[in-house]
Order: sequence, then C-alpha cells, then structure tokens
Amino acid sequence: MFRKLFGAAFAAGIIAGLLITGIQQVTTTPLILHAEEYENGGHDHAAAVQSDYVIIQTKLFSTRPSAGSETLFLAHSNSGTEGHDHDDEAWAPEDGLERTVFTLGANITMGIAFALMLTAAFAVHGGEMSGRRGVLWAMGGFAMFTLGPNLGLPPEVPGSMAAELGARQMWWLGCAAATGIGLCLMVFGRKIGFVVLGILILIAPHVIGAPHPEEIGGGVPPELAGHFAAASIVVAAVFWAMLGWLSGTFYKRFEA
Amino acid sequence: MKTRNTTTTADQAYLANRTQTLAAALAAAVFGSFLFLAIGFAHSATVHNATHDARHAFALPCH
Repeated sequence: MFRKLFGAAFAAGIIAGLLITGIQQVTTTPLILHAEEYENGGHDHAAAVQSDYVIIQTKLFSTRPSAGSETLFLAHSNSGTEGHDHDDEAWAPEDGLERTVFTLGANITMGIAFALMLTAAFAVHGGEMSGRRGVLWAMGGFAMFTLGPNLGLPPEVPGSMAAELGARQMWWLGCAAATGIGLCLMVFGRKIGFVVLGILILIAPHVIGAPHPEEIGGGVPPELAGHFAAASIVVAAVFWAMLGWLSGTFYKRFEA
Repeated sequence: MKTRNTTTTADQAYLANRTQTLAAALAAAVFGSFLFLAIGFAHSATVHNATHDARHAFALPCH
C-alpha cells in the first residue's frame, strides 16, 4: 500500500512538475521577470527591501520606481527589514538556466507533495480509481489550494504591496484547511446539517478577513499585476487537472 | 457457529487491510504536507530564493 501511494504520487508529481515548468515559461515566468524590472535592480537585492521601499517611494514621489531614486533605495537597504526573511548576502540562483532548474525542482517537489495528498485521499475514500476520478479530486485540491486562499490574498507579482508575511501565511494555511474541511463536509456529509456546517467553515476565513496592507499602490503597473493574477490561477488549474489525471491513472496501475 | 467464525476471519482481514491503508494514507498526507510547507512556506532566505518563481506561480504569500 505504501508503494502504491508513494509510487503513484512521485510519478505523477515528477511528470506534472516537468510539464507545468514548460507552461510557466511561456505564461507566468515572463510576467514575474517583467515585474521585477519595476523592483529596481537585481532580484535578490530588490526583494530584500521592496515592500518598505515602495511605501516610502510612493509617499515621497507618488511615482513608480525609477532609476533616479537609487540613492533612497540604497540608503533604505541598510536599515534592515524586520519580518522579512531576505538579506542581501543570501544565496540566490543565477538568472537564466540555473533559476529555471531550481524552479523546476520546486515545481516537481510541489507536484509530489500535492499528489501525496491526492493519493492519501484516494486510499481513505476507497473504491475504483481512474484518471477521470483523479481529475475530480484534483478540482477539490484546486479549490482548496488556489481558489479559496486567492479570494482573500490574490496572487502577488514581485513588487506588489502586502501585509506582513507571517500573518498572510497563517491566514493562507487556515483558509486552505477550512476550504478542504468545508468541501469534504459538503460533498460527503449525508445530512443537511453537515452541508450547512461545511459552508460555514468554508466561508469563515473570508468573514474573518485576510491581512491586507494599510495602503496600496506598489510599483508594478496594475495591468501587469492583473495579468499575472489571472495567468497564475489558470496555470494552477491546468497543473491540478494534469496532476489529478496522472495521480488517478498511476494509482490504478500501481500494485498495492 | 462455523458461519460466525468465517465472518470473523473475513472481518479481521478487512480490518487489517483497512488499517494498513489508513497508515499509508496518513504517512503520505504527513510527508506531502511537510514537502509543501518546506517548498512553499519556509522562511529561510536560501529556500525562498530557490523556490521564488514557483511560490509566485502557485500564488503563495512570498515577500
């Protein structure tokens, strides 16, 4: 049984991770790189100070980042950014092939992680599995890990303004968990009470509200940010559909 | 009496099988969650930089 679950998940995750990396190269990645141009300077440098930098710059200049404000940028970069996990000396992959290879690795690992959750769900639920049923389960994963959290915290392009990272991560995880539990109660709850409870749990994080910054107006053009938000949700849908079909198909084929 | 014995054995076999299935599912879910949190949520600057584009593409809170 271990071999069936882990074997199917690793096979599905590796293939889906490879495929989605190719799709990202022509959809989300160009938008990320384009947005980083507005972050002023190289990625690892800009990332360290971007949020506070943009706030100051918006207040002082009311314009988007430009080369002329380099002095402010450098001065601010020495002040430290509490609550951020970046620092200027941290290693980062070189732009180009090395960066793509690390993104590929991250995508494959993410694919295996989600596929393990899918095969675990297949096993607990029991019954015949197939690629098509896998896609149905994966749509639940898409709702849980993309649709639910993104309603409160829309996809961020590099350089967008946002509340403190830890608070957003906590809300994000709480919302994903609530969406998953809520959906399970709605789908598998045999009584109307369970369905109503599921709906209440599902909407609770949105009633509580996601953490948002006090002011908005990052340096990335809204057209670019909007395009990225739409593109990343579409790419996530494609990813989950592929992962679901592959997980279901391998789960059916692999010996227990 | 004989029928009851057969049923009990079948029940035990089912129970053992089900326990094994649930154990494997729990292991897969826990390991999957661990991988997801490490790739998507770890605060280490190195992990962040390596997984940066994937985090953005999956719409996870990043910076």
